Amino acid sequence: MDARIGIRNTKSMLFKGLIVFLAFLITIPLIIVLLYIIKQGVTQVNWHFLTHVPAPVGEAGGGISNALIGSFIMVIMSSIIAIPVGMFAGIYLSENPHTKLAYYSGLCVDILQGVPSIVVGIVVYFWIVKPLGTFSALSGSIALSIMMLPIVIRSTEQTLRLLPPSLKEAALSLGVPYHRVIMKVIVPCGFAGILSGIMLSVARIIGETAPLLFTAFGNPYLSTSITKPMESLPHLIFTYATSPYDEWHNLAWGASFILLMFVLVLNIFTKLITRKWNIQL
Amino acid sequence: MEHTVVSASKFNAWFGDNHVVKDVTIGIEKNQVIAVMGPSGCGKTTFLRCINRMHELIPGATAKGSLKLYDDEVYTMNPIYVRYKIGMVFQRPNPFPNLSIYDNVVAGYKLNGLKMAKADMDVIVEKSLTSAALWKEVKDSLHKKGTFLSGGQQQRLCIARAIAMEPEVILFDEPTSALDPISTSSVEQLFHELKENYTLIIVTHNMQQAARVSDKTAFFYMGELVEFDDTKQMFTAPTDVRTQNYITGRFS
Repeated sequence: MDARIGIRNTKSMLFKGLIVFLAFLITIPLIIVLLYIIKQGVTQVNWHFLTHVPAPVGEAGGGISNALIGSFIMVIMSSIIAIPVGMFAGIYLSENPHTKLAYYSGLCVDILQGVPSIVVGIVVYFWIVKPLGTFSALSGSIALSIMMLPIVIRSTEQTLRLLPPSLKEAALSLGVPYHRVIMKVIVPCGFAGILSGIMLSVARIIGETAPLLFTAFGNPYLSTSITKPMESLPHLIFTYATSPYDEWHNLAWGASFILLMFVLVLNIFTKLITRKWNIQL
Repeated sequence: MEHTVVSASKFNAWFGDNHVVKDVTIGIEKNQVIAVMGPSGCGKTTFLRCINRMHELIPGATAKGSLKLYDDEVYTMNPIYVRYKIGMVFQRPNPFPNLSIYDNVVAGYKLNGLKMAKADMDVIVEKSLTSAALWKEVKDSLHKKGTFLSGGQQQRLCIARAIAMEPEVILFDEPTSALDPISTSSVEQLFHELKENYTLIIVTHNMQQAARVSDKTAFFYMGELVEFDDTKQMFTAPTDVRTQNYITGRFS
């Protein structure tokens, strides 16, 4: 009997050791990627790098200002499209979970989340780029907003569903009309959750390359016109990293570093916001 | 009859096919405390929620019959207006967690977008909190969140929130069932003071509470209003055998 217990204890110890080891192991790829990009990229970044457009082949210097501004404009535009639509759709799903419409639109959201980003790009290409006859920042933003939608919808829905129904009843019993109950009580109470969903969706689309390949396309010059092609950080990385020139490779490393830092900071901010603004029920 | 605030005649309510309030006829007079008691599932809370039309918010819930606030038929009035006139306090304290104590009291005005001078609002806040016996405890922390208060204080805050709207009637749905004995007695104290200005209808599981606080008691059983009489009469000499069985603890 004692021997059996000994074997069992050893097995448990081995099992525990295994899961600890694997949990540790998965941090290694992330750390390697981080360290490598920091090592390659950090030396590229300076004021000149951030404020100049890429230099032509053979010339020294050059920066990524066109991609920084392009990414910024496109993220703002996709947010303007996706946040209101996603939030209201999420409110509907959390308010009416048992309707047919909620079932099917929830299903569509799940499927949309699984659609490969390049497919979204192709669809937007056929719908918007072809009829308009030109690549444009607008079409890129639409493609990105489609990528954003499922995350915003689901995070809004899940946040609001956790709020107790007594909160809604309290407002309704004061004679507050339904739309004000939602906008003045329910949404403010779930604000931290909704905001963190929005930030995570921004962190997700800022690094998307595929939907931009045939929509915003890319632009070696600085452009702020939304009807013209526009550069973005991931597209710049893609173009310059696959080029045969060392200067351009360095540019790509620098841009990767900036992109990585942005995503990292956004994720940390999201964590802080959910902790700080979370409302005690 | 002119003192009757809320009256129902042949009033019925359903959840889907489930007939939960059956042919209730009752007249509730002004400035009284009415206790509504009965075993679980007897329809007392449903009846209460019909009075300010909160019942219909549940999918599948319907109601039929006459229910009047003074001379107006509640079911033909705008529900929003009904809820201005008939306040409600719930089983669990539910102050708005995103609002301060101050804003919680005037939530009925602010959430409805009614504009008001700051000075007028200050007056309402102080008056309502005083009526709810909470002013002394919170007057120095009016701008803290309402959820920092204890359970009993939160419930009194919810009462202040209902009072601030100056309703005709305040409905209480088992208002002390989530509170400790000390908070319970402070809320019960309040009922005596509030009936000077308001008519109170209190659903309670607790017979002792009904006996302590109410002028009249209504006993519901299986969706029917079995008996409605002066509380003293009801607890000493009930006329219906079902009331007697309930009061003596034959069933609960």
